[in-house]
Amino acid sequence: MSYEQLAPLLGAYAGGLWVTVQLTVGSLALGLMLAIPLAVLRVSPNRFASGPVAAYTWFMRGTPLLAQLMIVYYGFGQFQWVQDAWQRGNPVLSLLRDPFGCAMIALTANTCAYTVEILAGAIRATAYGEIEAAQAYGMSRSTAWRRILLPSALRRFLPAYSNEVILLLHGTSLVSAITLIDLTGAARDFYANYYAPFEAFVSVGTVYFALTGIVTLLIRAAERRFLVHLRPLPLSTLAKS
Amino acid sequence: MNALSVENLHKHYGDNEVLKGVSLAAKQGDVISVIGSSGSGKSTLLRCINFLESPSSGRVSLGGGEVRTSIDRSGRIRISDPVQLRRMRTRLAMVFQHFNLWAHMTVLQNVVEAPLHVLKLGRAEARERAERYLEQVGMTRFADAYPAHLSGGQQQRVAIARALAMEPDALLFDEPTSALDPELVGDVLKVMRDLAREGRTMIVVTHEMGFAREVSNHVMFLHRGVVEEEGHPRDILKTPRSGPLQKFLSGGLK
Repeated sequence: MSYEQLAPLLGAYAGGLWVTVQLTVGSLALGLMLAIPLAVLRVSPNRFASGPVAAYTWFMRGTPLLAQLMIVYYGFGQFQWVQDAWQRGNPVLSLLRDPFGCAMIALTANTCAYTVEILAGAIRATAYGEIEAAQAYGMSRSTAWRRILLPSALRRFLPAYSNEVILLLHGTSLVSAITLIDLTGAARDFYANYYAPFEAFVSVGTVYFALTGIVTLLIRAAERRFLVHLRPLPLSTLAKS
Repeated sequence: MNALSVENLHKHYGDNEVLKGVSLAAKQGDVISVIGSSGSGKSTLLRCINFLESPSSGRVSLGGGEVRTSIDRSGRIRISDPVQLRRMRTRLAMVFQHFNLWAHMTVLQNVVEAPLHVLKLGRAEARERAERYLEQVGMTRFADAYPAHLSGGQQQRVAIARALAMEPDALLFDEPTSALDPELVGDVLKVMRDLAREGRTMIVVTHEMGFAREVSNHVMFLHRGVVEEEGHPRDILKTPRSGPLQKFLSGGLK
């Protein structure tokens, strides 16, 4: 391999990186936004509210992401009514035609399910006395959710969520199975063209490693900002008071 | 007119009757201590006053307005108007045994929270109130600290500031010193003594006989869900008439 071959290679990797970043950030953001109301339903004592959410997370967490990607991309197109909708140009269902749209749908649905369960656990761990204080001070149910329960649960949720973020980042590598050229897809093309598997996958592994490092730093910064109240005080401050 | 009155309050959990018809009347500026051994129903009484627990039957009124309730088919009491109940709760600030401060908020945020988001005061006014009452309980220095970083006594003083910031008609104290180390009890009691001197209406469930004797103008002794004896502390704590109170005061009933 020569240096002239390196230029198109870097271009392909940059394109793949962009796909990976878009999918990761997009599905995490959408998944988290959907997970907040779903987690509130998930902890409801009313079974008609929590039941459907529990069934959804049970299904999504019980099947592999690769199968979910296949179902969305190859599976739905099999139905006549979906094909009819494509003919009519239905903007929502047309997403199922586009591998990027399919990947976004499957990844969002997948990460959302895990996020719901992590957040529901954090909500259940709220100290009962804090809820009682909210009631005793005249807060309505919605005010207590908005001001006390969710802010405190979302903070406790951060450390466990960091795992989900990293797993999802790595999970996006599966989208190359539905024709998308993400980072892993770019590496596979490179391997196929030059038959240099070691170089192809070690280099792409390094890029994932760097991305994981960035994610870890971002989450650590968020924890430092939002979890001050759980941190032990430095000894020097204790000595003063 | 009574600032706060409770009439014929009953509370049972299944077959277990915890309160068997308790009445209480507090005039403006009264400090009522509720004493009794554990299991006598004194905390339940306090928690029924602001409906943290629903009484099985009975009436609660505050400043002449009664909490509107109805009886449902299974015979249980139901709140008719949740908005009215919430409004009433803002006029009855509670101080808990375990402080129950909101852990993710700083001291100042804890005190500002309900005035800002429940009473809907302006930000400047809520903050001014919070600073004033933190000053009163001697916690100004810790305004930016988080509850977990404070001692129990400091947390309880913050909780008292949080209650005062509501500028309520009456303060409810649920064993405010029971969870504290002995050497921290004094600071909290001193704050409460000052509040009594300011003429605030207070209902205090307590094990502190010194506080009951010196600060309150009325003591209720609860025993097995009924008011066994009540009156001015000078009378009933010095010369108790009923057997259970004599036993309780001599330390035989704990």
